[in-house]
Amino acid sequence: MLKINNLHVSLDDEDKQILKGVDLNVDAGKVHAIMGPNGSGKSTLSYVLSGKDGYNVTNGTVELNGYDILELEPEERASLGLFLAFQYPIEIPGVGNMTFLRTAINAQRKSRGEDEISATDFLRLVREKAATLKIDTDMLKRPVNVGFSGGEKKRNEILQMAMLEPKVCILDETDSGLDVDAMKLVANGVNALRDEGRGFLVITHYQRLLDHIKPDIVHIMADGKIVKTGGPELAIEVENNGYSDLLDEAS
Amino acid sequence: MGAGETLQVKEGVDQETIDAVREVSTYKYGWDTDIEMEYAPKGVNEDIVKLISEKNSEPEWMTSWRLGALERWKKMTEPKWAMVEYPEIDFQDQYYYARPKSMVEKPKSLEEVDPKLLATYEKLGIPLKEQMILAGVEDNADTPSNDRKVAVDAVFDSVSVGTTFQSELKKAGVIFCSISEAIKEYPDLVQKYLGSVVPVSDNFYATLNSAVFSDGSFVYIPPGVRCPMELSTYFRINAENTGQFERTLIIADKGSYVSYLEGCTAPKRDTAQLHAAVVEIVVEEDAEVKYSTVQNWFPGDEHGNGGIYNFVTKRADCRGDRSKVMWTQVETGSAVTWKYPSCILRGNESQGEFYSIAIANNHQQADTGTKMLHLGKNTKSRIVSKGISAGVAQNTYRGQVNMHPRAKNSRNYTQCDSLLIGDKCGAHTVPYIEVKNNSSRVEHEATTSKVDDDQLFYCRQRGMDEEEAVALVVNGFCKDVLQALPMEFAMEAQQLVAISLEGSVG
Repeated sequence: MLKINNLHVSLDDEDKQILKGVDLNVDAGKVHAIMGPNGSGKSTLSYVLSGKDGYNVTNGTVELNGYDILELEPEERASLGLFLAFQYPIEIPGVGNMTFLRTAINAQRKSRGEDEISATDFLRLVREKAATLKIDTDMLKRPVNVGFSGGEKKRNEILQMAMLEPKVCILDETDSGLDVDAMKLVANGVNALRDEGRGFLVITHYQRLLDHIKPDIVHIMADGKIVKTGGPELAIEVENNGYSDLLDEAS
Repeated sequence: MGAGETLQVKEGVDQETIDAVREVSTYKYGWDTDIEMEYAPKGVNEDIVKLISEKNSEPEWMTSWRLGALERWKKMTEPKWAMVEYPEIDFQDQYYYARPKSMVEKPKSLEEVDPKLLATYEKLGIPLKEQMILAGVEDNADTPSNDRKVAVDAVFDSVSVGTTFQSELKKAGVIFCSISEAIKEYPDLVQKYLGSVVPVSDNFYATLNSAVFSDGSFVYIPPGVRCPMELSTYFRINAENTGQFERTLIIADKGSYVSYLEGCTAPKRDTAQLHAAVVEIVVEEDAEVKYSTVQNWFPGDEHGNGGIYNFVTKRADCRGDRSKVMWTQVETGSAVTWKYPSCILRGNESQGEFYSIAIANNHQQADTGTKMLHLGKNTKSRIVSKGISAGVAQNTYRGQVNMHPRAKNSRNYTQCDSLLIGDKCGAHTVPYIEVKNNSSRVEHEATTSKVDDDQLFYCRQRGMDEEEAVALVVNGFCKDVLQALPMEFAMEAQQLVAISLEGSVG
């Protein structure tokens, strides 16, 4: 579904190579986890996949369901079904959460040539999805992420994901800043979306999120490359021994 | 992109899409009406003033009032203190009077109005039929219909084409008609109030307006009456090289209430056009007036050619105790805007509010704000201004808050926010604050921010294109003001914000 092939990326501003040949295939129905130490290029990968400015792809390809997405605008990638749950969700003052959601849904529908969602369908859907994430009406009305706690912001990301029904979901350190209860809520939200047609790329530092979102495949990223790939046991190994042993082994 | 120009179309795109694209990517109201016009000769002098007065069949006192204004105007000079630059205006190279020939004999009812004129307003989304309502300036399917009526006075170039719902309003005792009609029908009221808020000598443009104004709206709400519907005036400049000088006079007698809306558009022209209006509002004891404007005059093209020069004097006089006035404006059009809707808070415990969104894109220049003059005790005012600059535009907030010695225990709160899109535009805030007693309080908060790349990326990651994302962020920035607008206008204003900022990014 998502095919990353030999991806090399440097920063626009400085001549610094961040990704040095990433190869990764995310298949439909699978949850892939990427773990790795700080500065290994995990977040950069998520930004490059979603089309953020400031990065320069020097080599390699990324395909989503057969489309070469590196030439596409961020919104075109979104409409093809790529979703990024941000590590630091952005505040948009004055824009109600519901307005934001509805605008986003309709923008994607429009670009796919579908009709806009009706007001009643939208309301029904958003209430249903919000309830499972324990997001109350007040939070739906408040401006996007403004004054939200860390946990609320992350739940809100998952709500957007649930509403937009993407094909590939990238979760960038969704567990950062969450207490155990909030993490469970978020994990439940993600698990509810696990589906044969949907692939996940879960980026995290720690094993603890993976206790709740069970990955099928675990990749270790270091210095801009995937250095090791394995099953869920790999995450536990990291938790017990840290990265250094693995990295030594890989080099 | 005009209707006549060709649009590059990919294969397989249907006509509906092409039309939709054409519609959203242009100044929507830039077409003109081909109609036979009658002009007064170019320029302004005694003869022209007399001619305008004669065309309106005005009484002697009105003619001499105008001539007095002209005499003053000749000795005045154009104000230059605003942060706007434009080529010298040749005041003698303008038409001061233009009316459709079919309006020479004023139609007695709307049925008799030239179908071309009715069609013009229909196309603008302002149906001049009484069974229809004004749903913003556009017919909006989301708006509940029938339960809200809005009376419209439609002004086309120099004359009022017609006013709807007059008889229904009359039953409530409300007078709503063109000012030319009011001068003839209600001379006592007009003589008593005209020029009492904005004196003839007030400023260069107001004085010029006093000499040559040709039409506008007149509203009188009798004591204790809550106006049964929203009133509105829709101004359309059609003729070329023609200035529009309208005059609006609103009188809210003791304990009355009225909400008044104003909309404006003009065709695309290569040459700049002059608009110098005066609005006077008198608010008596316990009365309340809400005045909302969506100003969408042609802003000029992306290279700065053409557009309306908008020099407007708007002022409300809260004469009575506990009187209230609220100005709300959405300024998206005009090449140059010079406008400061003000409140004189004369009555004790009177209140003035000013909510403003001013958008300047491409080469537009806006110098706009308000004056709050606190004269009475325990008076309150609130100013919320949102300025948005894009392209190479300059946007200035200029506001004056004045607490007189006897305005004891009065308060003002000012919030003034500027938003920049891109790095070639400018935002300026020029507050003048003068407090002459020690029991009053004035607060001023100002912020300047840029549309944040992270916000845009966030919106785009969720599927919105760049322009949609900008529109969403900017609408959020303006929310406090949009909320102050009547519902129909709020919807139109939101769309306008989006359209005005097209091409401002990327």
